[in-house]
Parts: sequence; structure tokens; C-alpha cells
Amino acid sequence: MKSIKLEINGVQHEVEVAPWRTLLEVIREELQMTGTKEGCGLGECGACSVLMDGKTVNSCLVLAAEANGKRITTIEGLAQAERLHPIQQSFIDNGGFQCGFCTPGMIMSTKVMLDDNPNPTDDEIKKGISGNLCRCTGYAKIFDSIRAAKVAMAASSDGRGGA
Amino acid sequence: MGQYSIVGQRLPRTDGLAKVTGQGMYAGDFTMPGMLRGKILRSPLPHARILRVDTSRAERLPGVKAVITGRDTLGVKFGAPRFGPKHMDEHALAMDRVRYIGDEVAAVAAIDEDVAEEALRLIDVEYEELPAVFSPDEALLPGAPQIHAHAPGNISRRIVFDLGDVEKGFADSYHIREDRFSTHGQAHAPMEPHACLAHFDASGKLTIWTSTQVPYYVKNDLALTLGMPATAVRVILPLIGGGFGGKADGMYALEFCAALLSKKTGRPVQIVYSREEVFVATRRRHPITIQLKTGVSKDGAILARQAKCVLDGGAYNGLGVVTVVLCGYLLNLPYRLGSFKYEGLRVYTNNPISAAMRGHGAPQVHFASEMQMDRLAEDLGMDPLEIRIKNGLRTGDVTLNGFHINSGSLEECIRAVAEKSGWQEKRGKLPPNRGIGIGCSGFYSGASYRLRPDLPVYSAAIVKLNEDGSVQLLSGATDSGQGCDTLLMQIVAEEIGLSFADVRLTRADTDITPVDLGNFSSRETMYAGNATRSAAADLKQKLLVELSNLLEANADDIEIREGKVFVKGSADRTKPFRDLAHAIYLRRLGKPLVGEGTYDPPDKINYPAYGFGAHVTEVEVDPESGEVTLLDVVSTHDCGRAINPLAVEGQLEGSVHMALGWTLMEDVTLEEGRVMNPSFLDYKIPTALEMPPVTIAHVETDDPEGPFGAKEVGEGALCPIAPSVASAVGNAIGKKIDCLPLTGAQITRK
Repeated sequence: MKSIKLEINGVQHEVEVAPWRTLLEVIREELQMTGTKEGCGLGECGACSVLMDGKTVNSCLVLAAEANGKRITTIEGLAQAERLHPIQQSFIDNGGFQCGFCTPGMIMSTKVMLDDNPNPTDDEIKKGISGNLCRCTGYAKIFDSIRAAKVAMAASSDGRGGA
Repeated sequence: MGQYSIVGQRLPRTDGLAKVTGQGMYAGDFTMPGMLRGKILRSPLPHARILRVDTSRAERLPGVKAVITGRDTLGVKFGAPRFGPKHMDEHALAMDRVRYIGDEVAAVAAIDEDVAEEALRLIDVEYEELPAVFSPDEALLPGAPQIHAHAPGNISRRIVFDLGDVEKGFADSYHIREDRFSTHGQAHAPMEPHACLAHFDASGKLTIWTSTQVPYYVKNDLALTLGMPATAVRVILPLIGGGFGGKADGMYALEFCAALLSKKTGRPVQIVYSREEVFVATRRRHPITIQLKTGVSKDGAILARQAKCVLDGGAYNGLGVVTVVLCGYLLNLPYRLGSFKYEGLRVYTNNPISAAMRGHGAPQVHFASEMQMDRLAEDLGMDPLEIRIKNGLRTGDVTLNGFHINSGSLEECIRAVAEKSGWQEKRGKLPPNRGIGIGCSGFYSGASYRLRPDLPVYSAAIVKLNEDGSVQLLSGATDSGQGCDTLLMQIVAEEIGLSFADVRLTRADTDITPVDLGNFSSRETMYAGNATRSAAADLKQKLLVELSNLLEANADDIEIREGKVFVKGSADRTKPFRDLAHAIYLRRLGKPLVGEGTYDPPDKINYPAYGFGAHVTEVEVDPESGEVTLLDVVSTHDCGRAINPLAVEGQLEGSVHMALGWTLMEDVTLEEGRVMNPSFLDYKIPTALEMPPVTIAHVETDDPEGPFGAKEVGEGALCPIAPSVASAVGNAIGKKIDCLPLTGAQITRK
């Protein structure tokens, strides 16, 4: 067992992990944050996407030990107090999900995309979420959601869609 | 059409907050104190006798709490009870025989998944391998290995219809053609792998949270196979991460094993399938070959049609015993037939199990029928649209098998997509390697045929008054992602005259909510929708009586609208509904005020309603590689009145995605019964990059049976897509397409 430190959504955690434990397992099982989903466990579907030091990773492919000392953001860390992140609000308003299982990962990938490039073209949007599979929506309403989120974030002074 | 305030609104889904924040709970997200993890040992052989199972080494592994095999069960088989015991052919754990690679042999409960995995490796199974068959052709050969003792010749189910005088129809025909088409397997691939958490408590009550489309089926199947009264089983519906028919058969092995392991250990047991298990050991769309012979008059009217469908059923029945019937039913849509003869043969093989998948037989037979319509048009020198419009069903028609078309027409859908796609300007006028094609379909809204005599009720609902003046819908309907929860709440709000925010929902919990059969055969809007509407109407009548007493006004003079109560002729007495409803609650000392509803379809053989769809696709084909680029996709589906257009569009767009995958990319590849591509890396579903823009041509009708005129959209919309793409590809390269998937190899073959 190895002791590691993770900063998840701004909170410091210290956990004992077996060397083969993945970041996803630690988030879901040790820390009981089940917003991040496991769709395949092999890095193929993107449902487990989280941010590690600002970049998207498939948390099922990252060993927990590799994440030692890193800053992690999960879907639970996006909303601030009662206020949803504009991407979250936009997915609700535009029907950007159906079953919702890919949604946390999809939203995290969207966040990284819009943080890196606040004004993506439609092609860039497609590329930005091409690592996240969705079986319900045909992606159309997800594209709508991302386009609307981009506008909402640009309109706000803090880039979060609020005043 | 009437004017409505909530019905027809593009309202955001009621489960939005839960899903975008990650707070929503799916079956695999639950934990309980003392919870164990379960794992299932599966057969590595396609067909074998089990000579010996030794679990002792696994049982001795520290951390293992229980190991079960077929010997620990009652040996009761399950399946669709409607067709008698012989069609119930599946054991949740094999007794003495395994019939496909993935068949369940044993299960383990341990303190964590690693220990459970390790324990599986310590179970010794001695098999005697038996000869196996991997295609219907092999299985039907005289002397072929027999897969089930009850099914000589490996016939899972044979169905014959003979409607009208098909011999005379062919004799009268000006032109006859006969073609053979083949279609392939598709994985449902819901993003959420099947998962459940079962808990047997000390009183002998079983509670299970499971990822299912059919909670009441699961309840009854568990009761049957565990030898318990059905009311001792409680199935609670968590959020469901997609189903598409892959969670619709009823109980699967995971629910049975988790329940029995919990019973053995006295602790809660969770089983979550790996992605590989979902691909290998759940269900898939049937591969079907369709021999189709059609006779037409000189002006293109269909006088006779004869079809033989052979379905690769895999090792067990599941809902596949229904698929073989539906292929025949659905060939009666969307065209008027002069006569029709059908033979359906579902054949057991040692392949993974085929069963229901979105469209349930229709995508396969409509592919065949549509490809042949193109050829008939060409043979007769007609436009492909003209022959379809000529034969297309319309309101007032009754099909040979008794489907009463009570709303809509195929013609309306064809005209809508033709106009939006620029068909007339494009067909035959496109540059080389570009093509445009059409596909059409018809589909029903919810089966009235009783598949489960053990569940004699279709759908019932309760709407009750809450203490704060909101109303609570208790519905057993299953929203597995398609969105019926929101639609049902809209129906309550509309019927009573409330705002959407005044309605709350209790989702399926078999101890609490009235029965609804579940999410399959495009039935929730029609069945649960009508049951919900009738419960809401019942509550409204009771509310009007109470309001009349409270306000000392005539009930006829009271109107509830948009969350307010109006008294005719006294505008000053207008009050918020919630305030008055709260007052009623207090006056009644909390005595429940409950609206009750149920829905019983008018015809117990056929369906309450039928819808039509049409789809035009424009493609460019690279003649060297066979790569197909979708340039334009125009889709329409007559869903009756759209209760929520945002949800309807989502179904259309999602249908395009799933059907394009089936047409161009997805194929459950088998070698001697082994799934060769059981991962998303090898089994490719379209990503955002492959998804073309979809233009929706809206067609709305007002169905007399549907709640507020609504019909289905979840399945019918998928069916015309494969033939429209195949037709466009054929049009681009001047080739007749007979089989799916449309791979580059097929396209470039000389």
C-alpha cells in the first residue's frame, strides 16, 4: 500500500492505495464520489473523464499513484454552491443528455475544450468531445449545448456565465 | 388540434440537475454497509456438458463469502411465459450444460472485486465439449447437434401467417421479383453496463436496485426462480444509463446471482458487468436473412408479398420468441398489401443470444422491403417516391393482419423529407459517386399482446395531492434515458391545469408505484401516458369538488389553469392553486386525495396506434476505399402530437446515430461463437466526428388513442435509416445492395 495525496475539487485527501488501484477506483470507491462513471474501464468511452492539472484524462487509465500530488477536478467540483457551471446549465437547457451516463465525462471534456479555446468552431467542438461516446443523443443536442455554453461563458466577466 | 399550455413545450428534462451534477444514482453507484461484490464465471466453450464443478478452492480463498453454482438453485427456468414452459429455456446458472461462450456457470461474492475475480480463477470446471453450430444453416441440417432437448431441429420458434390469397396475387401480378437480403447483429451498447445491488433482509424480503427497462418483469422472474411470493421482491428503479432493448428481457443472470448470493451471505451484494460481459453475455440484435418475393400490378400496386425470415437466435430465447413474430407483423407496414404469406424461423445456435433491440425486427425487414421497393420502381420505370406513395398506408386503412391506421400517412412523411432534401432536384442529377436514397417505415405504439400472463395489467398510475399543494405522480413507467418521466409530468400538469413545477414524480418502485410493464415496444408515452392522464383527470374531478366546497362556488364555475384557480365571473377570487390545495389538505386532515388511473388498450391483439417515418440520405462514396461520407440526412417521423419536441428531436437524432452505426460500422463479429470485438476499441460506435448533421422535417398528427394525440418516436424513427443510406450508396455507385453492414469491402467488390 502506498499513501498518496490528491487535491480533489479543492479539498486535500490522503489515501492508502494498492499499487494497481486506478484513480477512478479511488474517486468512486475510496472517496465515494460516484459522479464519475465507468463505462468500459479501458479508456475507450470517456465516461470517466476528469481533469488532472487542467487536462482531461480517462481516470480508469491513470493509476492512483500516478495522480499523487495532482490537482483533480470531477463533475462534483464544477458547480459553485447553488450555482451550476454554465456548461451544466446549458446541457440542461438544450437537452444535451438522455440517459446521462456519459454526461459527467462529456461535461468535463467540454470544460477543458472551452478553457483552452473559448470560441471553438463546430469542427473543433466535434473533435473536442470525440473521445467521449454517447449512445443516446446522436451528439446533436450536445453540440447545441456546447455552442450555447460557449456564448454564455463569453458573456460573463468571470468566464463562468455569472455576473 | 386543441391548444395546450404544457403539452408541446420544449421543457428541459426533470432529471437534468441530477445528471449534470453527477448526483444522480445509477445501480453501480449505490453502496450499503457490509456490501459484497459479485462476479460470474462464464463458459469458455460454445457447447459442452458440465461434468464436475469444484468450488472448494475458491471457497477457501480469504475474503470469499459465498460461491454458487446451478446446484445451489431451484433449477427453475425462466423466459417469456406467454408461450408456455417450453419457451422458458434459460437457467440463470447452468445446471449441466452450457450453450454459448459466456453462459453462466458459477458466481462468487467476496469482500472486493479483486478477491471475487481471483476466486473465479479457483473454480475448477470439467467440461465435455459437444459439437456446436454457429449459423442457422448449420443448425437446420439433418443430424446437426441438438442444442435444447425441447427443440428438435434447433427450431426455437416457427411462425406462419397466410393472409389473403397470395397465389392469386402473384398470378395477377404484372411483375414479380424475388430477392434475398441479409442483416447482421448489433450490440445495444448502452453506456451504463448492466449493474444491480441486491439485499435480502432478515425477514426474507429481497430489495434490488437494478439497471432494467422492466422492473416488474424482474420482480416476477426473481420470485419465480427463487421460489418466493412476488410481493416479497421489491425492485427499485435507479437512474438507468440506456437500454435500447438490451435491458428489456426481464431478469438477467446478474440479478439472480446477486439475489441468491445475498440470501446465502445475509449481506448486500452488488454485481456490475464489465464492458466485455455486456458485449458477450447480454443480448444483441438478431442477424436475419430475408427472402422476399413481391408481385406488383403494372402501375406498381403490391398485389402479393411472400417473405421468409430466418433468425439466428443464439443459445436461448429471451424476447427472441417475439422477434420472429414481429418480423412478420412489421412487413405489413408501411405499405398496403394485396395478400401476404410469411414464414418466420428462429433458430437456436451456439452463438450469443439475440433478442429485442430498438426497432425489434423492423430495421431488418424494412431494410429488405425498402431495398426491394427501389428495385420494383426501377423495373417498372417509376420514381422511387411514387411507388411508395402509391402503396403507402394512410388513415382509415386496415392492414391484412388487422392493424387499424387511425392517424397519419406514409405519404405525408415522404413529401416532407422529399421537399426538405431537394429530392427532385437531386435524384439522377448528382455528380459521379454521389447518390441520394430514401427509406420508409411504419411502427406501432406499444404492444397490446400480453407477453406476460403473470402481469395482467398494462399500466396504472396514481396522482395524489401533497401537503404543500403540489401533486405527486406515482408511476411504474421506466425512463431508461428516453425521457418519459418528463413527458408524464407534463401530462399531469396539462390535464389538471398546473404548472410543470407543481408536479413531482415517484419513479418505479414495485412496493409503491402501480404496475407498468416497462420500457419496450415504444409503449411508455401511449400506455403510461394514458394511465397517467386518467389518474390526473380523476384527481382533478375530486379537486373540483373540494374547491367548490372551499370556495362556496359551483364546481362547473371553477377552472384550474396554469397553476391558478379561477371562479367564473369573479376575477378577484383568482388564487394560486398551491394555496388552495394546501387548504384542502388541511381541511381533510391529511386524508389522502388520490386520483387513480389505468390504461387498457381497446384491442388486445394489435396496437393502439401506428406511426410512419421517412428518411432521405445523400452520400458521397470513395470508389477506391468504399468509404461513405454522409452529406445530408433528412429525417421525419410522425409521432402524433409531440408532447415535448426537445425529447422527440433527441429520439430522432439518437436513432440516426444508432442506425448509422448499424449500417456502416457496427457488427458483432463472431468466430465459432466467440465475440471477436467485445470492446469499444474493436466494436466501433459513431463518435462525434462521424455524426452528420440531421435535418428534421416535422410531421405532426393527432392520434385519437394517444394521450393528447401522441404516438411513438423511439423505435420507428430508426427503421428507415439503413435502407435510405444503402439506397443512396447504391444510387452513387450503380450497384444493388443486398446485405448489411455496408463495409468498404462490400462497396468496392466488383
